[in-house]
Amino acid sequence: MAEKMKCSNCDNEATVHLTQIVNNKIHKVDLCESCAQKKGVTDPQGFSLAELLVKNSLHPVSAEKQATCPQCGLTTADIRRTGRLGCANCFSVFNSTLQPLLEDMHVGTTHKGKVPEHSLSRQNHEAELDGLRNALARAIETEAYEEAAKYRDRIHLIETATEAKEVSRT
Amino acid sequence: MIESLIKNERAELTQDAKSSAAVVLSTRLRLARNLAEIPFPGRASKSQRSDILTKCAQNIQDLKQMKSGAIFKVSELTELEKQVLVERHLISRELCENKEGSAVLIDRAQTCSIMVNEEDHLRIQFLKAGFNLKSIWKKIDAFDTELEKSLNFAFSSEFGFLTACPTNLGTGLRASVMMHLPGLVISNQMERVIRAVNQLGITVRGLFGEGSDATGHVFQISNQQTLGESEAEIIDRLSNVLKATIDHEINARFKYLESNRASLLDQIGRAYGILKNAHEISSNEAMNLLSFMRLAVDFNLLPDEYRTIVDRLFIECQPGHIQYAAQVGIEPEARDITRADKLREEFNNMPSLDFDNIGKIA
Repeated sequence: MAEKMKCSNCDNEATVHLTQIVNNKIHKVDLCESCAQKKGVTDPQGFSLAELLVKNSLHPVSAEKQATCPQCGLTTADIRRTGRLGCANCFSVFNSTLQPLLEDMHVGTTHKGKVPEHSLSRQNHEAELDGLRNALARAIETEAYEEAAKYRDRIHLIETATEAKEVSRT
Repeated sequence: MIESLIKNERAELTQDAKSSAAVVLSTRLRLARNLAEIPFPGRASKSQRSDILTKCAQNIQDLKQMKSGAIFKVSELTELEKQVLVERHLISRELCENKEGSAVLIDRAQTCSIMVNEEDHLRIQFLKAGFNLKSIWKKIDAFDTELEKSLNFAFSSEFGFLTACPTNLGTGLRASVMMHLPGLVISNQMERVIRAVNQLGITVRGLFGEGSDATGHVFQISNQQTLGESEAEIIDRLSNVLKATIDHEINARFKYLESNRASLLDQIGRAYGILKNAHEISSNEAMNLLSFMRLAVDFNLLPDEYRTIVDRLFIECQPGHIQYAAQVGIEPEARDITRADKLREEFNNMPSLDFDNIGKIA
């Protein structure tokens, strides 16, 4: 008798065997009946082998340093359990964990597609405004009123420019 | 709640005949998007999730396309209504599991549906009958750009659009085409095709949960990778695979017709006979027989306009739709009777199969 295969997810006997080729690498996952159900293997709409790979390629536990995202509280262990990230900030916290995974999963590891220009320019404006507001506060504190006036005008300029844009599109 | 949606006579998949085509049933594109600065739905608190909904719904409803659309909160839908929406591919099963702040916005023509608080804050989906990857990309791209003018999307120059699952990073784009491949299934080539297609980073799934021998010979073919390629490259790559698959399918049909003429015509003829006369029929059997009717239209045994009717029946014979149309709760066995009644009625209005006309593919 051949040796019984163990489920990649728990220790039961694996009866569902999946093979998928991603970027010319063969990925195999063996699952028991109930894990296969849970992962939606029998439900092709909700199933992607790539998602299972997220979890399986995150082993071994010991070799990897544990991290926690300060924004949403997600830990490396959570990612291993769910295969999901928690917030935008997670991507810098877990960057080193993600890299090898993305190599297996995707065509490349850097984005080559669409860029959300409005979001980015707004975020840049916000960052610039934050800087100017801080500078303005410091200038007022040190009673450097000429400087302060310059910052105030600059802030005013950016704010009205963004508002005008917002209005023109509606 | 969803009554107006079901009765809508302009619904894309069930009524619109214009873009119906041989082999390809429908094309769907979806974009995964998240708001910057709020945790993804899986990590967000209840109040954050309802904030996400308020914010997104407001901005989505302001867009021209969605002006006369509808919004349904998952918590306000019955199980049956959810099932109907799933069968129409307007929402996912995953959305049905979520409660707080989860909702879907659907435009009037049912070509556009936006799920809020699914796995990501936003799942924008555009769908159209027929093979339409490029034109749908143009529409969804414009819609996304318009929405992005008022919502800050989580984005990094390295990983692109940030998503809860790393499999969606980058473009967040999943393009999938629903294909009717009876030729490849009957001639036992489907497994080989699936293997070949997989090697190119393209996934093949059944229509409603079955494995590779999908009910109704319908398969969903979609890109697997989202990062490292532009949207145009993803769509081109998928398009090339699909075009090759369509060629294979049409070849397989003609080869099969050549070598097994009587057997193929027999299967089509019997399918027609059963659909016209059955008094009890399961959804699986109905799907498989309807598949032969679609093939009959493609082979010119039935006039072209009946393809849309077959496509509509594919959807309306699903268990949720039968149950919903019955108005009252009915047992599965009674459902099979209701389904047969409906099919008999529809098929009595159909012309008989014109076997002399076989051979030309529309």
